[in-house]
Amino acid sequence: MNKKLLSAPFLFWSALFIIIPLCMVFYYGFTDKDGAFTLSNIMAIATPEHSKAFFEAVKLSLLSTVICFFLAYPLAMILANLKGKRSSLIALIFILPMWMNFLLRTLAWQTLLEKTGVINSILGFLGLPALNIINTPGAIVLGMVYNFLPFMVLPIYNVLCKIDVNVLNAARDLGANEAQAFLKVTLPLSVPGIISGITMVFVPALTTFVISTILGGSKILLIGNVIEQEFTQTGNWHLGSGLSIVLMMFIIFNMVISAITDKEGDTNAL
Amino acid sequence: MKKLVALLLCGVLAAASLTGCGSSESGENGEVYVYNWGEYIDPETLTMFEEETGIKVVYDEFDTNEAMYPKVAAGSSAYDVICPSDYMIEKMIDNDLLQELNFDNMPNAKANIGAQYYEQSKAFDPENKYSVPYCWGTVGILYNTNMVKEPVNSWSILWDEKYADNILMQSSVRDAFMVALKLKGYSMNSVDASELTDAKDALIAQKPLVQAYVIDQVRDKMIGGEAAIGVIYSGEAIYTQRENPDLEYVIPKEGTNVWIDSWVIPKNAPNRENAEKFIDFMCRGDIALMNFEYITYSTPNTAAQALIEDEDIRNSKIAFPDLSQYSGLETFSYLGEEGDELYNSLWKEVMSE
Repeated sequence: MNKKLLSAPFLFWSALFIIIPLCMVFYYGFTDKDGAFTLSNIMAIATPEHSKAFFEAVKLSLLSTVICFFLAYPLAMILANLKGKRSSLIALIFILPMWMNFLLRTLAWQTLLEKTGVINSILGFLGLPALNIINTPGAIVLGMVYNFLPFMVLPIYNVLCKIDVNVLNAARDLGANEAQAFLKVTLPLSVPGIISGITMVFVPALTTFVISTILGGSKILLIGNVIEQEFTQTGNWHLGSGLSIVLMMFIIFNMVISAITDKEGDTNAL
Repeated sequence: MKKLVALLLCGVLAAASLTGCGSSESGENGEVYVYNWGEYIDPETLTMFEEETGIKVVYDEFDTNEAMYPKVAAGSSAYDVICPSDYMIEKMIDNDLLQELNFDNMPNAKANIGAQYYEQSKAFDPENKYSVPYCWGTVGILYNTNMVKEPVNSWSILWDEKYADNILMQSSVRDAFMVALKLKGYSMNSVDASELTDAKDALIAQKPLVQAYVIDQVRDKMIGGEAAIGVIYSGEAIYTQRENPDLEYVIPKEGTNVWIDSWVIPKNAPNRENAEKFIDFMCRGDIALMNFEYITYSTPNTAAQALIEDEDIRNSKIAFPDLSQYSGLETFSYLGEEGDELYNSLWKEVMSE
């Protein structure tokens, strides 16, 4: 009884802010203006503009995820190998920017990257050629990597910390060199962290519309921008909801796949 | 059925939010719920209104007409006073969302707002029954005289390859299409499919030259010298010139949008009387002057115009242009649902290009 009471606020919260809004999205997604059932909002993903925006988003977010992974893994290893106070200090420094608002950090990048921005002023002062990256897909990827990198580092760092040193020592005792120990022991054991890191980077990168607006100058249309505009500009909530459902399905599908491969990975590691 | 479900769900949300926060304290003479554009008023005037009338102002802001409309249309949040633009007012009248104003309760609105602005308002409010003009202006080209050495007088400069990656376009549908339609010599209220396709092709051709599609950021980017040419609202132009004297504003020879933002009272306004008091207060000469000096958007208030001390501003061709000199001036009108859909789908094609 007591336990039920304690979970009541959480249940109330999730009903209010997760279940009901989701129901509304599904309701709007599967109806047209007159409230009749339709699949056209879902099928709309197939139109050239929408599918192009969708694949553009998949492309950029995949690229960001890969870059994040290769930056995050060594960083997480360094963090995990540091002992005591220094490790928590460095972890703190790393998380510090996240205390600032996401929008502000992205706007800061705009100021840095602009033609007359901070970076180009410095390059110009040093007599170096200017960096023309703002309003290109490259700037969007940079924004995604910068903003979502901590979401990749932290889960990997957590699993790496939990790996028993004795497992590694045993591997070395049995004649494995460093590379072998890493590939056969550390890497497989860190797969759960990698998977959750990938999900935590890929999903927000796929759905972002703020980064592409601010750093892409609205010149590159991502699926997140299409959905945002259907709600704020066009006022077609049905189409916006329909496209959101497609995106949700795509993400769930990917998570299921990764969960399955994750399990296989676990058995292999054992 | 659709309405019922939406209503039920909204009801649940509303009930929850009510129990959640409880009511905030109200003024001695009640409240007035105001929904206005962002950075579109001198906050000091709100304090003065509260002190003079004892009515508490609850103030919300929006970025675009399109973002404002669904909130008001859904009726989920009831406002007393809103400040939409011309074509959006027409849409709201069409959809029976506005109530008629009683000008007898608003002597300042009757006396101070110039007759020509009421005349212009007839484009969207044919009998002047629903709206009181608050700000007006034009849309034109802002350019940096350090980067653009030739005379600028036509929209065609936005298609000039010399300025590739130095052009800022507006990112809202109607404004972007206005530029292309005017360039091609069409009406900016066109719903003709071939004219619009023509305009769309022009916008697609322009896209490689455009540095970014922006709304409010055009102001800061032009001040900072980030781009050479930008499409901007006249009210912003005065502000940018104060910050960067190299900037110059022109109304292109092909014509442009002459817009009006006006106060309206929605049908479901809970405090109608306070709303009229608020509108009337905003039409007072000294208050309109404060707002003009703060936001630099042209005021239709003749009493305020007379009070402007700075002669340069009073005679400014940007703030108060002599519109009879220009041809091809138009005001946006509501295009109906089909028209809106056509514009939106064409704009999506441009954006995804």
